Amino acid sequence: MKSKAVSLPYLGWMLVFTIVPLLMVVYFAFTDVSGRFTLENFISAADYSEVFLYSLWIALISTFICLLLAYPLAFRISRMSERAQSIVIMLIMVPMWMNFLLRIYSWVLILQNYGPLDMMLNFVGIDVTLIGNSGAVIVGMVYEFLPFMILPLHTVMSKIDDSLIEAAQDLGCSSSAVFRKVVFPLSIPGIISGITMVFVPTASTFLVAQYLGGTQFMIGDVIERVFQSDHNTGSAIAVVLMVVILGFLVFMNRFGDKEGVA
Amino acid sequence: MKRTTYLLLALIVLLAAIPLTGCSDDGYQGEVNVYNWGEYISPGDDGLPDVIAMFEDQYHIKVNYTNFETNEELYNILTNSSAAYDVIIPSDYMIERLRNEGMLEELDFENIPNYKNIMESFRTGPYDPEGKYTVPYSWGVVALAYNTDMVEEGTVTGFSSLWDEDYAGSILMFNNSRDATAIAMQMCDPPIDPGASDFTLEDIDRATEKLIEQKKLLKKYVMDQVFTEMEGNQAAIAPYYAGDIYTMMENNDALSYCLPEEGSNLFVDAMCIPTCCQNKENAELFINFMCDPEIAAANAEYITYASPNAAAAELLDEDFRESELIYPPQEYLDRCYTFSNIDNEVYTYMQEQFVKACSSSAEVTDTAQAKTANPAATAGVCVILGVVIIATIIVIVLDIRRAIRNRGRIHKLP
Repeated sequence: MKSKAVSLPYLGWMLVFTIVPLLMVVYFAFTDVSGRFTLENFISAADYSEVFLYSLWIALISTFICLLLAYPLAFRISRMSERAQSIVIMLIMVPMWMNFLLRIYSWVLILQNYGPLDMMLNFVGIDVTLIGNSGAVIVGMVYEFLPFMILPLHTVMSKIDDSLIEAAQDLGCSSSAVFRKVVFPLSIPGIISGITMVFVPTASTFLVAQYLGGTQFMIGDVIERVFQSDHNTGSAIAVVLMVVILGFLVFMNRFGDKEGVA
Repeated sequence: MKRTTYLLLALIVLLAAIPLTGCSDDGYQGEVNVYNWGEYISPGDDGLPDVIAMFEDQYHIKVNYTNFETNEELYNILTNSSAAYDVIIPSDYMIERLRNEGMLEELDFENIPNYKNIMESFRTGPYDPEGKYTVPYSWGVVALAYNTDMVEEGTVTGFSSLWDEDYAGSILMFNNSRDATAIAMQMCDPPIDPGASDFTLEDIDRATEKLIEQKKLLKKYVMDQVFTEMEGNQAAIAPYYAGDIYTMMENNDALSYCLPEEGSNLFVDAMCIPTCCQNKENAELFINFMCDPEIAAANAEYITYASPNAAAAELLDEDFRESELIYPPQEYLDRCYTFSNIDNEVYTYMQEQFVKACSSSAEVTDTAQAKTANPAATAGVCVILGVVIIATIIVIVLDIRRAIRNRGRIHKLP
C-alpha cells in the first residue's frame, strides 16, 4: 500500500504533463476548427509525407552509424580497468555538459566553406561542399547522439563477466564465435535501449538540420511551422510520427525480450 | 569525511551560481510592464547607456521587461493570457489589427511632451491614420546584402537577383512567410502589391509558385542565421532588414547593400498601450522617456535601425545618419509599401503555403507538381504506418494469447 502512496505525485505529474497533452494532440488531430470529427487533417498532412520519409531515413542512417561506431568502443571500454572506465566515460559525458546549440554551431564552423576542413580538402585538390546537405545533417546527428548509444551499451557490457568469455575460449570457441555466442547475445538489451535512445530523438529533432542542412526541412520543423497556423493539421502529423515511433518501440522491446531471455 | 567535503564544495559552487535576488533595494514607487522585441533596447554595453536602469533611477519605477519574437506571439499572449502589459512595441500591421479589435488605448499626449521630437511624417500611418494610439519607435526597409567577392559590385539591383541562376546555391531567403511571400509577390508577373489588405488566395498561390521556383537556387531559409552566413562569406546574397545589414557590413568589409529597385517593405515599430494596461501613467512616462533625444539616439545606435525621432537624429554617429541604407531618400520611401492587416484566413493560408513551398522536394522543377502531395511518398508513409500498426496488433495479440495460456502456470525452465 505504502509504495503506491509514494508513486502518487509521479502519477499526477504524468497525468498532467504527459497523458493529457497527448490526448489533446490526438483530439486536435481528429477534429476540425469547430470541434467536429474529421479525417481531413490527415489528408492535408499527406502533403508533407516526403519530408516525413526523409526524416525517418536520416534517423535510420544516423542510428545505424551510431551503433557501428559505439559498439566496438563500448566493448573496449568495458574491458578496461575500473578507473580507466570511469575516466573514459567521463570524457564522453563532458561535451554533453555544453549547450546542444553550441556544439552544433562548432560543427557549422568546422564544415563551412573556407572552414578548416574545406581548406584542407581544397589543398589536396578535393572540391566539395561539406555543409548544407544530408551528409552534414547525419554527421551532426551522429555526433550529437553518440553518447546516448555508448552509455547503455557500456552499462550492459561492463556486466558481462570476463570468466564467461574465458570459458568460451577454453571450450574452443574462435574469437568470432565468442562474439557471436557470448558477447553479442548478452549485449542485446544495451543495443535495444541504445537504438531507442538515438532513433526517437533523431526522428523528431530539427535543430541539427536547421544549422547543418540546406533548404530541406525535417519533420520536426514542419510540425512546428504548421502548428503556428493550423493546430489540427500539425497534430495530425505529430500523431502519425508518434504512431510510427511507438510501433517501432513496441517492436524493438518485443525483439529484445525474446533474444535477451534466450 | 572526504566525500562530505566534496559534497559541501559542490553545494557552495551551486549556491554561488544562484544570483542574489531579493536583496535589491525595494524603493520603487510603482512599476511598468514593457513587452518588446528581443535585443531592441540599449542594454548598457559598448559605451551606450542602460536605458532601463536610467529610467528606474530617474523615476523610481520598476520596469518589468519581457521579450517576444514575433508579432503573432505578442498577439497570442495579449488575447489568450491574463498577462497585463503597459507598453508594447508591435509592428505596423499588428498595430492595425490590435486597433481594429479595440485592444489599444488612446494615448494622452499631454503626458508625452517629447512627442514633439517625432518626425511629422511618422506620426500617422495606415496603421494609425489619426495618430492617436502610437508613438513610433523605429523604422526601416527590407534591403539586399551581397558579398562583393562573389557578386560584382553594382550588378545587384533588385529582388530579381534572388532568382538569378548565376548565384545558385549561394542565395539566402527569409524563413518567415510574411517577408518571403511579399518579395515573391513583387516578382510575380504582373506584380501583386504586398501592401494591399485584400489579397485573394490566388494571389498567394501565384507567389508560392515563385517561391517554389526559387527553392532550387537557395542555400538556406534563414532568420538570425543570416548574420553568420553573410559575415562568414558563406552566402552571396540575402534580403534582410536594413539595420541588420548595416551591422553585417560593419563586421565584414566585403559586404555591400542595395535598395531593391522594385520598391521594398517599409516597416514601423511603434509603442502603444494595450487595454490590459494597469499603470497607464507610468506607461506614458516610459514612452516619453523613450522619446528623449539622447535615449532614442542610444537605442537607435544599439539596434542600428532608423529612429523616427528628429532630435535624436542630430545626435547620431555621422556615418550612421548619412547612410542611405538606414535613412533611404524620400523618393525611395515613396515607392515602398507598408504591410496592412490581412484577413486571418488569408494569412493562415499564406503561412501554410510557405511551409509547403519550403518542404517541397528541392529536385521538383514542375511547380504544379510540387504543390500537391507526392503520391509515391504518401503511399510510402501509408505502407509504413500500415506495417507498424499491423505489427503492433500482432505483437499485442501474441502477448495476450501467451498470457492467457500461461495463466496460473509457473514458467517452465527451458
